[in-house]
Amino acid sequence: MLEKRIIICLDVRDGKITKGIKFQENIDIGDPVEMAKKYYDEGVDELVFYDITASFENRGIMIDVVRKVAENIFIPFSVGGGIGSVEDIRRVLLAGAEKVSVNSQAVKNPDIIRQGASLFGNQCIVLGMDAARDDTMPSGYRVYINGGRIPTDLDALEWAKKAEDLGAGEIVLNSMDADGTQQGYELTVTRMISEKVHIPVVASGGAGKPVHLYDVLTKGKADAALIASMVHYGDFTISGIKKYLHERNICIRME
Amino acid sequence: MTGIVDYNAGNLKSVETALRFLQVDFFISCHPGDFKKADRLIFPGVGDAQAAMKILSSNGLGETITGFYREGKPVLGICLGCQIIFTHSEEGDTACLDLIQGEVIRFPAVPGYKVPHMGWNQVIHLNRHPVFRNIPDNSSFYFVHSYFPKPDNNSCIAGETEYSVRFSSAVGKNNLIAVQFHPEKSGKNGLTLLSNFLKWKGGQ
Repeated sequence: MLEKRIIICLDVRDGKITKGIKFQENIDIGDPVEMAKKYYDEGVDELVFYDITASFENRGIMIDVVRKVAENIFIPFSVGGGIGSVEDIRRVLLAGAEKVSVNSQAVKNPDIIRQGASLFGNQCIVLGMDAARDDTMPSGYRVYINGGRIPTDLDALEWAKKAEDLGAGEIVLNSMDADGTQQGYELTVTRMISEKVHIPVVASGGAGKPVHLYDVLTKGKADAALIASMVHYGDFTISGIKKYLHERNICIRME
Repeated sequence: MTGIVDYNAGNLKSVETALRFLQVDFFISCHPGDFKKADRLIFPGVGDAQAAMKILSSNGLGETITGFYREGKPVLGICLGCQIIFTHSEEGDTACLDLIQGEVIRFPAVPGYKVPHMGWNQVIHLNRHPVFRNIPDNSSFYFVHSYFPKPDNNSCIAGETEYSVRFSSAVGKNNLIAVQFHPEKSGKNGLTLLSNFLKWKGGQ
């Protein structure tokens, strides 16, 4: 059976990994290539690199980091942050990434999803979405851009469906309410979107303990769970989390 | 020397970095003539079967692959390269290379099973092919695909995987082995498979 994936998220700023709490006060915690290699050795299923300040400061993508990671790590990985054109997508893929994640730029120019998918395949194009609770929206969740700084008029569920229609192959759904709290994923929005789209949904934001992954992969209906702080600071290990989930009958890759 | 067929169909980069990591001599080319110096061949690919066959027919690389197989040299097909070796693909109603007889079909629409089949899934070994040496049965590999091969003759199935249907995820015939998953993205077991192929002389 298809396995649930554990994806490690590495937020990169100025070539270093950072970890933020609710998108603010990011602190440096290590070298991205070394960190990626460590998690690969521990059995993580996939990696995601976000150049967290790229869309804000309009910087390019750290192609060198991508290339070095690709040379050492033989599992899928994606890159997000500041990707605004087909040319950006091509550069990241040629440097060795499998997928690119588009977020703010896709809100501003949804056609990049369609163009990217038709040129490189749906599986290459991931929609990254930052959503926060908002009772004035039809689904109860609003989409934000620029690292959560700017609210948009988009409803989270409507945007997810539209991205699927445009050709996105996957959605990474980050709950801004849960992000950095380590109190658990936002199960309601994850489940709602996962049940309404036909592409995999990766839950993001809020993981603090293995039981949070269990909950989002079962009750939250997520296809994969993104983690960061809970392993970055050594509170848990990838193999420990996987063992926990495996013992509770979650279908997961055990190497 | 290992030759990698470049027909403009994606994932070359990841195959290239994996081979570099394994420290083997290889080259990548889109010119049929170059493959005279190769003693084994990797035929990767991601994308559309019809578009790929169009390129392979127009530049002569299709004949290169077929010729290579007929000469008895080891060939590894990956993903789209595991589909194009069959007789025919449903994708774009495409006539393929016919090295192994059978049809490539799309996953049926079954509620609860998203297409493409994307992620890690287990491969159940059949007939214990040499490329699976030192890889435990039921190990996971990374898949991304919407179509899968259905061989006419079950004896060429080297591995099967359960999704909405149970399908052939590895097929082998003589000196040809083809896998629907991506060994270059399947962690240590994937690298072991590639390394086994690079030592394989063809046959069981």
